[in-house]
Amino acid sequence: MACIETRGLRKTYGATVALDGIDLRVEEGRILGLIGPNGAGKSTALNAILGLTPYQGELKVLGRDPWTQRDQLMRDVCFIADVAVLPRWMRVSQALDYVAGVHPRFDRAKAEAFLAKTDIKRTSTVRQLSKGMVTQLHLALVMAIDARLLVLDEPTLGLDLLYRKQFYDTLLNDYFDGARTIVVTTHQVEEVQHILTDLMFINHGRIVLSCSMEDFETRYLELMARPEHVAAARALKPIHERQVFGRSLMLFDSVDRERLAPLGDVRTASIADLFVAVMGGQTQQTGQTHQTDQTLGASA
Amino acid sequence: MTAPSPAAASPPAPRTRPFYWSVRRELWEHRSLYVAPLAAAGVVLFGFLISAMNLAHFRHAILALTPEKRAEMASIPYHIAAMAILATGLIVGVLYCLGALHNERRDRTVLFWKSLPVSDLMTVLSKASIPLVVLPAIVFVIVLALQLVMLAVNAVVLLSAGLGAPTAQLLLPRMTVLLVYGLVAMALWYAPIWAWLLLVSAWARRTPFLWAFLPPLALIVLERIAFNTGQFGALLAYRLAGFGQAVGATRRGAEMAGLPQPDPVRFLSNPDLWTGLGVAAAFLAAAVWVRRYREPI
Repeated sequence: MACIETRGLRKTYGATVALDGIDLRVEEGRILGLIGPNGAGKSTALNAILGLTPYQGELKVLGRDPWTQRDQLMRDVCFIADVAVLPRWMRVSQALDYVAGVHPRFDRAKAEAFLAKTDIKRTSTVRQLSKGMVTQLHLALVMAIDARLLVLDEPTLGLDLLYRKQFYDTLLNDYFDGARTIVVTTHQVEEVQHILTDLMFINHGRIVLSCSMEDFETRYLELMARPEHVAAARALKPIHERQVFGRSLMLFDSVDRERLAPLGDVRTASIADLFVAVMGGQTQQTGQTHQTDQTLGASA
Repeated sequence: MTAPSPAAASPPAPRTRPFYWSVRRELWEHRSLYVAPLAAAGVVLFGFLISAMNLAHFRHAILALTPEKRAEMASIPYHIAAMAILATGLIVGVLYCLGALHNERRDRTVLFWKSLPVSDLMTVLSKASIPLVVLPAIVFVIVLALQLVMLAVNAVVLLSAGLGAPTAQLLLPRMTVLLVYGLVAMALWYAPIWAWLLLVSAWARRTPFLWAFLPPLALIVLERIAFNTGQFGALLAYRLAGFGQAVGATRRGAEMAGLPQPDPVRFLSNPDLWTGLGVAAAFLAAAVWVRRYREPI
């Protein structure tokens, strides 16, 4: 059964088109990375999936219409919409009490066990916790909920590397069991590459690229061409080329590894490289290149 | 960390009480709901203690009064105490309602609340229950406790000054009945006002305070200029100031020591009460609808 299924999903704010006809299908048990520049429509898509915003077109999440059947849906769906949305006045113990009091699928013992591994004190208010600890707390609450779909919108924004790594490791080791579905948006694409099963690029409200990570690894190869073979490599029509330390780095789509190997060093492309290759051309037209480069600059 | 249990082995879902916990979380967040009335009680008690210490100086003057007059005089601080806490409760209630559905959007915590299986209806009803049920209950408990403490202080002072037993306790049961009646009647009569404040709070992008008070004023001015009538203004004034008239507060002179006489039959048969409750329900329904559509600011 498909966890999320959309056909012609559209959303406009006045004259601005945020989602321009999205068709997608996410099977249960997948971990989908939704990648796109700022303002591409990622959050709008997630908000539609979570029933936070009305939309046009067809959308079914776990077989339900998220806008009209939101109340039932939220028993099976969890989300971390952003960092720092936990109320700052709330005590850790109150957060546990409250979620246990309203969510039928919350396993308090599990949340407590997770918190025991952190430095978070029960008596602290969210205000007193560091940003990394707030995210740990939110993750503890969410992971203790036996949900079928978990939506993460920039869950690690503003966290340092250690917390980011720990976040995804915990998610993968302690939460993901092959039956749940996870949808994540992030700019830190390098860090999620190894956990994703599916990849989707979105820009200007449209899906630009959609493939499984298995396909991704066989389809997209990066070649560091030896100087004498640059011309030969170019003849194979790379989808993107850039210069690093005076050498040409070329990205190929669906070109056999055997054909590339004699021309230089071949490796599997990174999501960040592909993102720049796919989005670079697109965003230049609208003058957003600078923004895209910046968001990916850290990880590329 | 235990491995996620398979769905088949999961125990039956524990019973949840989303309404109860939603109200509790309002009290966690808005501690001023009970701290402010408690502080008011502290101020009243402090003033009462000072006046009680001076009571002995007026011994002769007090002994010269008739017993009825003495009882009436003695009951005055108790009325002031009740009024002070009631007024504090009203102010706290107004501030609470204007922030209730606005602040959660401004600090984006609405995204957390909406990530849990608590419907917009449940949320709005739990927030409406604060001025309609919780705050009157808080006011009642604090007023009663304060009056009992005052009575104890009164007894000690009067007996030690040789002025005989206090007389105010005779009025206390009547005052308490009146307080309960007044609080319930006020909650019902002012329900449309509370609901309006909640609606504005859900709707306004900024400055809910201005949005709550300026449009009604503008409407009054507009009506006066356009039609030279004052119907809307009269309606508002009746709703705000007509409470005493509506509950049947008719003063029957000194025999009741100035206590108004409750008339629940007249109050409940007043069609204006029911119109008001209908308007309140409409405002709350609109607030639920707005909360569903509004995004974080």
